[in-house]
Amino acid sequence: MLIVGELINASRKAIGEAISIQDAEAVKKVAIDQYEAGANFIDVNAGIFVGKESEYLQWLVTTVQEVVDAPCCLDSPDPAAIQAALSVHKGTAMINSISMEKARYDALIPVIAGTDLKVIALCMSDEGMPETAEQRLKIADRLINGLVQNNMKIDNIYVDPLVQPVATNKTFGIEFLKAVEAISTEFKGVHTMCGLSNISYGLPNRKFINQAFAVMAIAKGLDGLIINPLDKRIMANLITAEMLSGRDDYCSNYLRAYRSEKFEF
Amino acid sequence: MTNEEILNTIIEGVKEGDEDKVFEWTNKAIATGIEPLVVINDGLTKGIQAVGTLFGNGTYFLPDLLLGAKAMDAGIKVIEPLMVDQKRDYVGRVLMGTVEGDLHEIGKNIVIMMLKTAGFEVLDLGVDVPAKKFIEKAREFKPDIIGISALLTTTVGRQKEIIELLEEEGLKGKVKVMIGGAPINQNWANTIGADGYAEDASVAVDVAKRLLA
Repeated sequence: MLIVGELINASRKAIGEAISIQDAEAVKKVAIDQYEAGANFIDVNAGIFVGKESEYLQWLVTTVQEVVDAPCCLDSPDPAAIQAALSVHKGTAMINSISMEKARYDALIPVIAGTDLKVIALCMSDEGMPETAEQRLKIADRLINGLVQNNMKIDNIYVDPLVQPVATNKTFGIEFLKAVEAISTEFKGVHTMCGLSNISYGLPNRKFINQAFAVMAIAKGLDGLIINPLDKRIMANLITAEMLSGRDDYCSNYLRAYRSEKFEF
Repeated sequence: MTNEEILNTIIEGVKEGDEDKVFEWTNKAIATGIEPLVVINDGLTKGIQAVGTLFGNGTYFLPDLLLGAKAMDAGIKVIEPLMVDQKRDYVGRVLMGTVEGDLHEIGKNIVIMMLKTAGFEVLDLGVDVPAKKFIEKAREFKPDIIGISALLTTTVGRQKEIIELLEEEGLKGKVKVMIGGAPINQNWANTIGADGYAEDASVAVDVAKRLLA
């Protein structure tokens, strides 16, 4: 399971403020906390700063990598911002994200083609947001083919089938889950991942919904998540769900988590 | 049963999101001889206003709002064919859409629903709407307010384009512009000369009312 720590996101008030006053210490602390809690990648997002996104995203990468020895997940719809961030990034970054929207696709492909970067392939196209598993699969197929033709390794592709709020349509949970299963089965070696907060939008007790959804998705084959790794309950759920899905040899991750007191909350 | 009791039952039905109840009692109200416009203003509209208030204060959630709107529609469908020469009273007219290159619609749709609950007439242009289309539809629909949504740092620039185009076309000043979306703040609204900005759907209603006052 690949875990991307989601907390350094400008749409969170504390982070937005830290970025705008260039408070490096505040950003560093959140980076260290997430890394120590088990994040493999640190997501960086400066998506509320129109016109300054490139500069700020670059600053975030530098700041984060001064204190943690982990790659970043560069979270931006803007290829220019991604390129700016890549120019200072150490190690192999993850790009969040490419999609089948033509403008976004055409602009990002030259940046990532032939590289060893990991890339999140978001199931969205110019025809709109997919609602059914079938629509998601069609977009995933085009994305995966496009990426492979541009010399991206299968193992570096993380398809995000696109989570939408179940509060707006009761089928949005199940269609996503079906898509995860279909993508995992039909495109061997390709990963699937997603963020969780969209699923619970517009409903109370969001954390509870997010956890249940994550567990269900893991059972279908999901092997990457963009989450808050400081939330011990979600982390415990992930570890347990992976074990129950047959992906934990000799239950060793589960036992390691137990012994390091990850299940105490 | 008094007319007031009938209307109250309709209000209750909308609040409960009970389509069948609203349909049944709207028909009863008409059969009893209550004016169609009264059924809308003192029944259905009051019901959906209550839903909007409950959503605004955190008692109701998104599915409650959707159900309330659906229940109200069940009543409106009964009434509309009966209102030949009468026009519904609206607080104001709003033209709404998400900018070109941007497919996000959930936030926009919630704002639309909340505006409707507050008595606005709304024309929704959907997502991925070119600037030209905003202008074209503004001429046809003659809104008091144009609402422009954009969710990406790469698409918020379109809000500015639309405002500039409104200016070129001589519509600026005749119609107010409200903007919204994740990267948007008051600062951006000031920079591009938007008349209003709201951070969520409840605030959007307040801002829209303020712009028309």
